[in-house]
Amino acid sequence: MKNYSERIMKFIFAMSAAASTVAVAIICIFLVYKGVPAIREIGLGDFLLGSTWKPTEGEFGIFPMIVGSIYVTAGAMVLGVPVGVLCAVFMARFCPRGLYKIFKPAVELLAGIPSIVYGFFGLMVIVPLMQNVIGGSGKSVLTASVLLAIMILPTVISVAESALRAVPESYYEGSLALGATHERSVFFTVIPAAKSGILAGVILGIGRAIGETMAVVMVAGNQAAVPTSLMSGVRTMTANIVLEMGYAGEGLHRNALIATAVVLFVFILIINLSFSMLKREG
Amino acid sequence: MKYKRQSRSRKPFSLLVRLIVTGSAAVTAIILVSMIGYILYHGIPNLTMKGLFDWRYTSQNVSMMPAIINTAIMTFLSLTLAVPIGVFAAIYLVEYAKRGNKFVKVIRTAAETLAAIPSIVYGLFGYILFVITLKWGYTLLSGAITLAVMILPLIMRTTEEALMSVPDSYREGSFGLGAGKLRTVFRIIIPPAMPGIAGGIILAIGRIVGESAALIFTAGTNPAVPDSLFASTRTLSVHMYALLTEGLYEEQAYATAVVLLVLVIGINSLSKHVAGRFTNVKRGG
Repeated sequence: MKNYSERIMKFIFAMSAAASTVAVAIICIFLVYKGVPAIREIGLGDFLLGSTWKPTEGEFGIFPMIVGSIYVTAGAMVLGVPVGVLCAVFMARFCPRGLYKIFKPAVELLAGIPSIVYGFFGLMVIVPLMQNVIGGSGKSVLTASVLLAIMILPTVISVAESALRAVPESYYEGSLALGATHERSVFFTVIPAAKSGILAGVILGIGRAIGETMAVVMVAGNQAAVPTSLMSGVRTMTANIVLEMGYAGEGLHRNALIATAVVLFVFILIINLSFSMLKREG
Repeated sequence: MKYKRQSRSRKPFSLLVRLIVTGSAAVTAIILVSMIGYILYHGIPNLTMKGLFDWRYTSQNVSMMPAIINTAIMTFLSLTLAVPIGVFAAIYLVEYAKRGNKFVKVIRTAAETLAAIPSIVYGLFGYILFVITLKWGYTLLSGAITLAVMILPLIMRTTEEALMSVPDSYREGSFGLGAGKLRTVFRIIIPPAMPGIAGGIILAIGRIVGESAALIFTAGTNPAVPDSLFASTRTLSVHMYALLTEGLYEEQAYATAVVLLVLVIGINSLSKHVAGRFTNVKRGG
């Protein structure tokens, strides 16, 4: 009797464990099932490289959105990664204990703030700021990059910090013993040793930035055209989905939006793959 | 930290490093403080607006009360779906699966993939499955299932960590006294791992409360308390999105942002508190 319940529960545990696999499979199947026929109908080249997105006229080129996603993500990396990594260095190696007790929860809080609140803050503060300083509408590649840079900070900081803390203390001590200063030891022995962990944090940040939707929609301007400068408006793949899904009727328009998600998903898979490869290495 | 003194002043490199590192930390701190300060400063006065917390939403009072109630319902439902599956899955991975098992590798990869999927893709998936294919329309249940899938990897990972931190001597002791595997798991291993599991659940609550992209096209934006699982609802984050896209309710949006921030800060400190007890247990045991 007892043996019986043991076996049943083991089966239930195993089924639960399989649930995540099933979920991934179902998500992939549904996206591909709806998205791939749309890509075939539009034509892969026209879909990925077409630069006009006019659903009403049957033109479905998402090239501007792909470029847009890459631009704002790259911008967020350029602005956010140096600050994030250096902040992690501060927390791991320079921060007094008392300050750390406040700083660490603060960074965690930054990670917990909902993206819609970030978007609101961007809309109310960063957009007017850009209008005043640079002019124009204030909704641009630059604005979206700044906001995303803020949003990826906690991801980059926490992963980089734990990577820095995982470096054996003997590296640092060895460097000190050779006469290097505290700063030199941290920058030339500890950081290089934590390189792959820090890079993993950066990749995680890329994933977060490229998938971010609600905040970007608020501040990017959302014009479906390839941006010509840092100041021009931009629409990301995620924004394309959230802006038009509500009114896209049945048919090619809706399926083209789902196909946009397929492309986004492929980006995420590539990012994820490089992340796990890095982790295996580190 | 005692070696700092000697190196500080004379070397320009050290000074520069110190400057940029501290500067970066300061930038981060300033961003956080100004963001929270700004929202609280502009939002708190609006909390007293007339009718903001009325039970019913109308276009006059723009009450956020239904959205608050819906957030609670949505959180409860998603957790009911995700917590048992997530915890059981973690039990399987830690207590049952043999090392180097192929199945385990597949599950780990799947969970990592789930964790990386952007919330808008979850929303779109929920839309295709529940709204289009099953023809449910925008419903509470569609939203809850979508969110449950979304938080599953988080619950799995935190529970796994909690279970792994229970010392093997507990297991050996239990087996030595003649207990079966099942009894050992539920009576011996789960109790000391409980704070860790709870910490993960609280983090999941935080994600549910903050989520908007995955809900707009699954649960919809109807600002009323649902009368069934198949009614459309709007959580607090979605409420805020709706206010912003309508563009007429800036004051109310500020007030909603304050409520969301307070919730998130509360959830964060709760999870810290619970997890803090967890580390104490680990040190003591």
